[in-house]
Amino acid sequence: MEQYILEMRNITKLFPGVKALDNVSIQVKAKHIHALVGENGAGKSTLMNVLSGVYPHGTYEGDIVVDGEVCGFRNIKESEAKGIAIIHQELALIPTLSIAENVFLGNERSDNGFIISWNRTRLETVKMLEKVGLKEHIDTKVKDIGVSKQQLVEIVKAMAKDVKILILDEPTAALNDEDSDHLLDLLLELKDHGITSIIISHKLNEVTKIADEITVIRDGKVIETLTKNVDDISEARIIKGMVGREMTDRFPKRTHKIGPISFEVKQWNAYDPKDETKHVLKDINLNARQGEVVGLAGLMGAGRTELAMSVFGRTFGKRITGQVIKDGKELIMHTAKDAISNGLAYATEDRKTAGLILMQDIRRNISLPSLEKISKHMIINEFQEIRVAEEYRKKLRIKSTGILQKTGNLSGGNQQKVVFSKWIYSDPDVLILDEPTRGIDVGAKYEIYSVINELAEKGKTIIMISSELPEILGMCDRIYVMNEGRIVGELGATEATPESVMHCIMNSH
Amino acid sequence: MGKTSSIIRGNLRQYVMIIALVSVIILFQISTEGVLLMPLNIANIISQNSYIFILAVGMLLAILTNGNIDLSVGSVCAVVGAISAVMVVKMDLPVFLGIGVGLGIGIIIGMWHGFWIAYAGVPAFIVTLAGMLIFRGLTMVILQGTSLAPMPDSYKFIASGFIAPDLQVAGLNLIAMIAGVVASILYVISQMVSRGNKRKYGFDVQSYKSLIPQMAGMIIIVNAFTYALASYKGIPMVLVLVIALVAIYTFITTKTIPGRHIYAYGGNTVAARLSGVNTKKVLFWVYVNMGLLSAVAGIVFTGRLNSATPKAGVGFELDAIAACFIGGASTTGGIGTVIGAIVGALLMGVLNNGMSIMGVSIDWQQTIKGLVLLAAVAFDVYSKSKTK
Repeated sequence: MEQYILEMRNITKLFPGVKALDNVSIQVKAKHIHALVGENGAGKSTLMNVLSGVYPHGTYEGDIVVDGEVCGFRNIKESEAKGIAIIHQELALIPTLSIAENVFLGNERSDNGFIISWNRTRLETVKMLEKVGLKEHIDTKVKDIGVSKQQLVEIVKAMAKDVKILILDEPTAALNDEDSDHLLDLLLELKDHGITSIIISHKLNEVTKIADEITVIRDGKVIETLTKNVDDISEARIIKGMVGREMTDRFPKRTHKIGPISFEVKQWNAYDPKDETKHVLKDINLNARQGEVVGLAGLMGAGRTELAMSVFGRTFGKRITGQVIKDGKELIMHTAKDAISNGLAYATEDRKTAGLILMQDIRRNISLPSLEKISKHMIINEFQEIRVAEEYRKKLRIKSTGILQKTGNLSGGNQQKVVFSKWIYSDPDVLILDEPTRGIDVGAKYEIYSVINELAEKGKTIIMISSELPEILGMCDRIYVMNEGRIVGELGATEATPESVMHCIMNSH
Repeated sequence: MGKTSSIIRGNLRQYVMIIALVSVIILFQISTEGVLLMPLNIANIISQNSYIFILAVGMLLAILTNGNIDLSVGSVCAVVGAISAVMVVKMDLPVFLGIGVGLGIGIIIGMWHGFWIAYAGVPAFIVTLAGMLIFRGLTMVILQGTSLAPMPDSYKFIASGFIAPDLQVAGLNLIAMIAGVVASILYVISQMVSRGNKRKYGFDVQSYKSLIPQMAGMIIIVNAFTYALASYKGIPMVLVLVIALVAIYTFITTKTIPGRHIYAYGGNTVAARLSGVNTKKVLFWVYVNMGLLSAVAGIVFTGRLNSATPKAGVGFELDAIAACFIGGASTTGGIGTVIGAIVGALLMGVLNNGMSIMGVSIDWQQTIKGLVLLAAVAFDVYSKSKTK
C-alpha cells in the first residue's frame, strides 16, 4: 500500500442549514502537487480550513491523518506544528513591516525565548529569499513590493515554519501570466525539496501543467480524483467533472451588431496621485463602437485600471490631460457622479473593497448609483426600489435568500452579478468592466459572459479589461494591448492570438 | 417565517436595548417606590436629558460615517451659550437675535470642522479634539471667567417652558390630552397608509389579527405618557423640539438620498465614491449638521441652567457618543439608527435619574454608566461573532 503524507477520511462539515462537505475523502502523496478544483462554493476552501484547524476538531466529522497519525487540530498553531501551512487568497502580511519581520512574525527567532535575535532572523531570511528567487532587500517594507512578490514572502514565511504540506488558495488569481509561471515553477522546485503542495485554483491550464493528482469537488462531494499520466486530465475533462455537464463552449455566442464609433479617448495623459512626477498614462488614444466589446489586454501594472478610473470621472490620477468624447461630444467630468450622469459605468476589479457595500443588502447596492431615478424631491420610493432589485435578482439569477440578503454573504459570482445589476440599472451607454470574472467559477463566468453579450447586442459599448487572455480572445471584437502606460498594439478579433498579444508587449520595450 | 426571524436577528441589538430600557424603568420604578414615573419626574427626565438627545442625533450621523466622533460638541454648546448670553443679557438684544446668531455660530463652527475633516483630510478625532480646546478657551475668553445670569424668560421657554400650562380641565392639561389623541389618530392613519401602499405595490401585509393588538398597545403607551404629562404641567416645549428632531432625522436617514449616502459612506467609502456619491460633501455636511445641533443643545442647556458658564457642557460629547454606541451604532460606521441613539440616551438618562432618586452618589453613577456602555458593546460584539 502506498504511503500518504496526508489523508482526510470521510470529512463531513455542517453549517446551519447547509452540508458544506459531505463525506469527503482525499489522499495526498508525499512530494506531490495535489490540486483541488471545483466551482465556487463547492467546498474546497472549507475542506482546507478543516485541515488547517480554522474549524477546530469536533466541529466536523471524520479523521485527518498526517504521516499515519490521526490528528485533531484545535487551531492553526497545532496544524502548523505538524508542518501544515495555508496561504489564503487574501495575504496575511503586515504591510508596514519589513520582509524579514513578516517572515518570522509569530515565529520569532530568539536565543532566550524573549529577546528577538535579529542576526538569525536576517540571516535565515536572506537564505530563504535566495531559495525562492526573490530579489528584494529583507528590510524592504511589504507594502512597497508587488502582489507577486508578496506571495513569495508568504511562501518564505511558511518555509520558516518548516512546512511539509503547503496549501495555496488561488495563488495566481491576482498574478499575470509571467508571475504565475514563476510561482508555479517554484512549486515544482519546492516539490523536489520535499514539500508537498495542495493548490486550489480556477485556472485549469495551470492545474493541468503542474498537478500530479487533481481532485474535483462539486456540491461538497468528491466527484473524482484524476492522476497525471493515468487519467485524461484535459481541461474539458475537468470542467465536465466540475459542472456536471459537458461545456462545449466556454464563451456564449453573440450576434454582432456593431454600430458607429460612440466613445473615444484622445491624447490621454495622467500622473500618479501619490507621486506627481510619475507619468502613469502616456498619450493614450482609443475608440469603441456601439455594440462592440473592446478588450484591454496587458500585464499586471500595465495601467489598464488606472486608465479606466481616470476616464471614469477622474477617480484616479493627477494632472490629467486629454479628451473623452462620447457620441461626438466632449465630456467634462470631475467626479464619478459626472461620469454616471454622462452615461458611463465602471465595474471595478475589486468588488469587495471598491465595488460593493458588503454590510448592506442586495437592494441598496443595486440602487446606490441610481437613487435619483427612484426618488422624488430627494425622497426615495422604497417600493419601487424593492421592485427594481427583485427584477434584477431574477433577471441575472442572483442566488440568494432574497433582495434583503447582505451582499457580504454572497459567493463571488453572485456578488459580481449584483455589481452588474447595479451598473446595468444605472443605464449607461458605455460600460467599462475591470476583470469581470476574477475569482469566480466556470459556471458563473458563462453567465457573466452572457450578460455582457446581451448588453452588446442592445447596442451598449463595452470595454473589458482582463488579465485572462483566453477570456479577452473569446469575448472581444477588438483588442488594445497596453504596456507600461501606453497602448502598444491594436488587434482585430481574427488576428488576435496569445502569441500576437505577447508579441505586442515584448516589442514595446 | 425564515424572513421574519432573520429580520429580528438583524435588529436584535435594538430589541435588546428596548427590553433593557423597559427593565431598567421597571426596576427603578420599584426601587424608588414609584417616584420614577411620577408626572413631575417624567418631565424632569425629559428636560435633564434633552440636550443629550439632541447631541446624540447629530453624533449618530458622524458615527455612521466610518465611526468618526465629534469631541467638540460640549465646548461648542458652551461657546454658543456664552455668545447668545452676552447678546441677550449684557447687550440687551432681542432673544430671537441671540438664538439666531447662536445657531449661525454653530453652523459656522460645523463648517470649520467639516472643512478640515472632509477637504483637508485631517482625521476627525484630531480636528474635533482641537475644536474641544479652541471653543472651551473661547468660551472662557467671552465670559471672562464668570457666569452670565439670569436669562430672559423667553430664552428659557425652549428649555423649561410648557405648552399652555394653565389650560387645565379637571386637573389635566388639555393640550397634552389632545396631543395624545391626535398622535394616536396620526399613528393609526400612517399605519393604514403604509399598509395600503404595500398592497398597491403587491407586497405582503401584516394581518389585522396581529396589527390591531400592536396598534392598541402603542395607543395605550402614548396616551398613558401624555396623561402623565397632563397631570403635571402639560407638554414640555423641549419635548416638542426633541420629537420634531427625531422625526426629521429619522426621515432623512431612512427615506432620503442624503441619508442613503451617509450609510453608503460608512459602509464602504470607496464603493460609495465610485457609485457617484460625493463623499467629501457628505462628510462636510455631517459636521455642519453636528455644529448646528450642538448650537441647539447649547441654547437649550443655557436656558435650562438659566445662565451661561465657562464649564457648561463639559463631558457632553462622551454622553452623546455613549448613547449612540449603546443604541447599536457600529464603531466602524454604516450601522446605527436615530431611534437607537435616543433609546441609548434615554437608558442612560433613566439610570442617572433613578440612581439620583435612590441617593447613589455621582461617582458610583459614573462607574455604573461606564459598565453599561461596556456591556452593551460587548454584547453586540458577542452576538455578531455568534451569527458568523
